[in-house]
Amino acid sequence: MKVLKLQKRNLNSYLESLRVFGEIYGPVRKDEKYIYGQLDDLDKLDLRMLRTILPVKKFLVPPKFNTFSFEGYTYKPELEKIPRRVIFGVHPCEIHGLLILDKFFLERFPDPYYQERRKNTAILGLSCVPDEKCFAKSTGTHFVESGFDLAFNELQDFYLVWVGSSLGDDLVRLRLDLFEEDIKERDLHEYMKWRSWRDSQYKLKLDMTGMPDIMELNYNSPIWKKFGDKDLSCGACSMVCPTCPCYNVRDQLKPVGNSGERQRHWDSCMFKPFAVVAGGHNFRENRAERVKLWYTHKLKAFITEFGKPACVGCGRCIDTCPVDINIKTVVTALKGV
Amino acid sequence: MATNVYLPEPMRIVRRFNLISDVRFFQVRPLAMDRALSLDYLPGQFMIVSLPGIGEAPFSISSTPSRPGLIEFGIRNVGVLTEQLFKLKENEIIGVRGPYGNGFPISKFEKKDLIIVVGGLGAVPLRSLLLYTLDNRDRFGKIYFLYGARRPNEMLFLNEFLELKGRDDLNCLLSVDKDDTGKWTENVGVVTTLFKHLKGINPNNTYATVCGPPVMYKFVIDELLKLGIPKHQILMTLERRMHCGVGKCGHCVIGSIYTCMDGPVFSHWDVLHMKDLI
Repeated sequence: MKVLKLQKRNLNSYLESLRVFGEIYGPVRKDEKYIYGQLDDLDKLDLRMLRTILPVKKFLVPPKFNTFSFEGYTYKPELEKIPRRVIFGVHPCEIHGLLILDKFFLERFPDPYYQERRKNTAILGLSCVPDEKCFAKSTGTHFVESGFDLAFNELQDFYLVWVGSSLGDDLVRLRLDLFEEDIKERDLHEYMKWRSWRDSQYKLKLDMTGMPDIMELNYNSPIWKKFGDKDLSCGACSMVCPTCPCYNVRDQLKPVGNSGERQRHWDSCMFKPFAVVAGGHNFRENRAERVKLWYTHKLKAFITEFGKPACVGCGRCIDTCPVDINIKTVVTALKGV
Repeated sequence: MATNVYLPEPMRIVRRFNLISDVRFFQVRPLAMDRALSLDYLPGQFMIVSLPGIGEAPFSISSTPSRPGLIEFGIRNVGVLTEQLFKLKENEIIGVRGPYGNGFPISKFEKKDLIIVVGGLGAVPLRSLLLYTLDNRDRFGKIYFLYGARRPNEMLFLNEFLELKGRDDLNCLLSVDKDDTGKWTENVGVVTTLFKHLKGINPNNTYATVCGPPVMYKFVIDELLKLGIPKHQILMTLERRMHCGVGKCGHCVIGSIYTCMDGPVFSHWDVLHMKDLI
């Protein structure tokens, strides 16, 4: 993989040049928190961000969008209006989240909407330093090798920039004058020093090896009722999780005529009606069953299917759940420690 | 770009009539004849019916791929979409996509004896399998068809199945829990009371397929296990909420599997092994 150097003072000039590709998004402050916001003005970019409220999945699987417009029984896919975007500041764990969504949406029965958005969205990664809620080192998602177009690794005065795709290469060529190709030995030393310092910053450790077996042993465990009793069924964990892809479909008719739109919007298995079938039977009536499903899917199903958990250690559920049901409390309870 | 997997295909309602008071038979076909003839599927698969402005819902296919050209469904009026669907007449157009799901592992049934056990609405998907095996009769061993409904007027395809009783290459056994007509000439009792007619079953050479209301499974599976049929040779088709049919929307997920892609046909061993299936 090609690696280049970009002096920090040149970052904004470089990002500015990417507007020829599409709209630029990056971390911006929103009250006490951060979001990925549109950067019509690059001064809004706030790189102190560690964790945005919603993960980068919101660009690839928007909370609500139209899949079709229809007139009578003629359905027209809405794929043309998908904008081209550059997302800067995507942390390694989030890129691993995208790799999981890629497997999910692009392998069996490729989803054309995800496919088109992935193609139109340039992912520009950025290294990070963890806080007490991050555990990406435990999930092996604190570095990236693929899934991005460019990945910026911040060092003292410059970024090391990994070029991860053909599109990434095109984007670098827009301002090749700003990049240095000559990586010096002292740069390597600085990088290695940074790497081990950053590794040492992961205070939260959550070992997930053996989780499928441990989940199986806990199938009838009273912990599910304990978590279920305090669960609010608010679904916030699903919304903020970088790997939760579930959705609902709804038709919206125009006031006159027989035309309208078929909409897809985020759904959560934590919501009570999620598994209700016609006739009214609910396959997951109580909260304990729904909490169990959420964690079974993250910690067992994904490992069975893809060889690793559908958790990338971003800490969003830890940060978000108002009643402390999160990957940390659940894994700890499952292990009985 | 590949075809959009979510795009409904317009199909014309060719024929519709009530099978019983709240279950209607729908025969549909793609508009173009060549497409109608080439649309292939497996017994046990389902399709997703789409009505613009209402939405989509999954339905088991009741016809057999051995008779191409027309797709048949037996649909109970229980939801928002079906209520609208029941208002449609012959020659009106609906959207349909699929087929989806694993379907029955037909090739494993070859040269084997087959026990098809049906309760109530379970006749819809298992009629597909029954007709398929009858159309390809030489490929299968003995075939037993056991169908139980609550009352004579709740039995789907009653005349069709009564007619099949005349065949000597099929053991067609019908039963109702209660006869309120006084004219019922077949067995009375729950479907498991028909098992006494199964004589000389060679369990290792037999596959059983089951579909019916949730309460039925336990009793039927107990009977099949008593006959000695291996757990992985007892197959059932299951129901879950579905929006996409292609393992994306998540509604049909059960533990590690998506009912729409990995199912809806599962073995009794799957049920024991994966939990939460029924």
